[in-house]
Amino acid sequence: MRFAHRHLLGIEHLSQSDITAILDLAEKYVDLNRQSAKHSDVLSGLTQINMFFENSTRTQASFEIAGKRLGADVMNMAMQASSIKKGETLIDTAMTLNAMHPDLLVVRHPHSGAVDLLAQKVNCAVLNAGDGKHEHPTQALLDALTIRRAKGRLHRLNIAICGDVAHSRVARSNLILLGKMENRIRLIGPPTLVPGQFAEFGAEIYDDMNEGLRDVDVVMMLRLQKERMDGGFIPSEREYYHRYGLDAAKLALAKPDAIVMHPGPMNRGVEIDGTLADDINRSVIQEQVEMGVAVRMAAMELLARNQREAA
Amino acid sequence: MSNLIFTNARLIDPENGTDNLGWLHVSDGRIAVRGEGEAPAKGAQVIDCGGQCLAPGIVDIGVKVCEPGERHKESYKSAGLAAAAGGVTTIVTRPDTSPAIDTPETLEFVTRRAQADAPVNVLPMAALTKGRDGREMTEIGFLQDAGAVAFTDCDHVIANTKVFSRALTYARSCGALVIAHPQDPGLSDGAAATSGKFAALRGLPAVSPMAERMGLDRDIALLEMTGAAYHADQITTARALPALERAKRNGLDITAGTSVHHLTLNELDVADYRTFFKVKPPLRSEDDRQAVIAAVRDGLIDIISSMHTPQDEESKRLPFEEAASGAVALETLLPAALRLYHAEQLDLPTLFRAMALNPAKRLGLASGVLSKGAPADLVLFDPDVPFVLDRFALKSKSQNTPFDGQRMQGKVTATYVAGQEVYRRP
Repeated sequence: MRFAHRHLLGIEHLSQSDITAILDLAEKYVDLNRQSAKHSDVLSGLTQINMFFENSTRTQASFEIAGKRLGADVMNMAMQASSIKKGETLIDTAMTLNAMHPDLLVVRHPHSGAVDLLAQKVNCAVLNAGDGKHEHPTQALLDALTIRRAKGRLHRLNIAICGDVAHSRVARSNLILLGKMENRIRLIGPPTLVPGQFAEFGAEIYDDMNEGLRDVDVVMMLRLQKERMDGGFIPSEREYYHRYGLDAAKLALAKPDAIVMHPGPMNRGVEIDGTLADDINRSVIQEQVEMGVAVRMAAMELLARNQREAA
Repeated sequence: MSNLIFTNARLIDPENGTDNLGWLHVSDGRIAVRGEGEAPAKGAQVIDCGGQCLAPGIVDIGVKVCEPGERHKESYKSAGLAAAAGGVTTIVTRPDTSPAIDTPETLEFVTRRAQADAPVNVLPMAALTKGRDGREMTEIGFLQDAGAVAFTDCDHVIANTKVFSRALTYARSCGALVIAHPQDPGLSDGAAATSGKFAALRGLPAVSPMAERMGLDRDIALLEMTGAAYHADQITTARALPALERAKRNGLDITAGTSVHHLTLNELDVADYRTFFKVKPPLRSEDDRQAVIAAVRDGLIDIISSMHTPQDEESKRLPFEEAASGAVALETLLPAALRLYHAEQLDLPTLFRAMALNPAKRLGLASGVLSKGAPADLVLFDPDVPFVLDRFALKSKSQNTPFDGQRMQGKVTATYVAGQEVYRRP
């Protein structure tokens, strides 16, 4: 199977078969990761640099573990603390790192499109670990793998994405991926956080959560950023929880076997009830984290394979 | 002085809306006489136009020359050469320099620089409020005496309506033209794109096109209060047009412009975050673009400008949200506008009504026409010659054009200011 991409910048550029290829390969790594000897050597000799211009614990750790398990030399750069503060531009930083001959560059940046810009200037493969409000492709892929394993398929499902869609790159990437795989998608949230133009992507929009959750197979919750809680987009945390927080009563409207997902980190008692989040019969939140490592291993292997063929 | 006869020319006359083959006689820097058929030779220098178009030189309101402050982006010399190469015979410069042109002293400085360096006419505008910060009005009377032809805070909207209404009232007493940027400041704060599917997909902070109508509606209400002479720098959305139409019908002293970029490009041209397509206001939907073209055709929108805004590479080679807005356009104004001619949407007299006649009229200039006694500010161009634009061939010091690498049709052959040739295509 040929994965005809130099970078992984977004789901927008992937086809159905690209997505399936990544998920199939990731299954193999799920098995590997569950063994006691978790090492592979497909990236041995290659250098992976994680450049995070925005704080991240989970995604950065996931990429780091993925690289190390595949035998790459992994380096983390906390870009907030470094040259950016000294006034260096994004492109100069990229050129500097490029001169050190990395093979894989994992980048997160607070501005939409910044990772695309950087990818134009370097010779290695670039993986987008989240750019502004644009895309977060590996999150959508790990969500897809989680859904496929829990539901046995990744098509013809009713999937609800709930919360702050407007500011979420996770929502955009999921909307594109799940749409490409032919699912019905509902976006649920207050209109200040779920603007009407998202209907043009083929999603159905609900501002009443009770109506929106009816008979869905998957409930995907989004994180509500602290700075958006007070007055600007919603009146208050407690009103938001009352109307849009996921609890057992609201979940009862979904299909009896509906799963609950959250990209983390969670605000317990804001967008999701704590007990529900921990309910192993409904919540697949921990499995999402596990799938994250496997999906990132798969994506990096496919990109590295292309690089080696090109060399 | 000059004594020229242009023969065998397609005379583009925006006043009469005609486009006929004929000849035109220039004497002492002014248009002396014109006619059809065989030209009388009268011992003048004969320029055979070979059937190319001869039109009044373009009067471009809203050109940014980066003096004082950022001469590395554009100087009066480079802007003047670019204008001449683009068939622009009068540039009306913006005061959004650093520092802003808000005192007679700064204005005199730029006037001196312009006279020394620029081969075309340069008319300066001055800021309406000090430092363009929307608090205190500038010395409108003194600035007029020093040569300011209009007053504008450029893309800074005066949010405080009391300040703006007083400035409009005072300007009216001086007979000064006020140019504003109709945009609701709150709604458009931080926006880099027009809201819609494209901006949502790209995850860019976006503004509703409604912000323009809100800004215009507010300004129109203030005009009803104050009776000032007002020009909206760029109307770019369909929703703002009915308000403009109503204001004109009610007899307010209002005119409106639009930029050549909003006439020829739409929001999708930004594609993968191409920052050379970042302009202010942001590019609009195709429906808006078509509505604006129709408004220019009907005369509801009076003026087409380049909104020439030089930016260096550093300020554009950034993530889209952080990148500077604006595009250079003195040299691409005519070829880009000719796209509308080739698409059979606007004829040449209509284009030159919007690029020469109307801006000249609005500023009380005698140019912009091909009639007897007018200054011989002329552009000779071949509307059909095809080329691919190479931004590094531009004469501007900054090369931030969205048309780089694009196929265009129509090139300036020669430009004349007061009968003097200031540019000839090599």
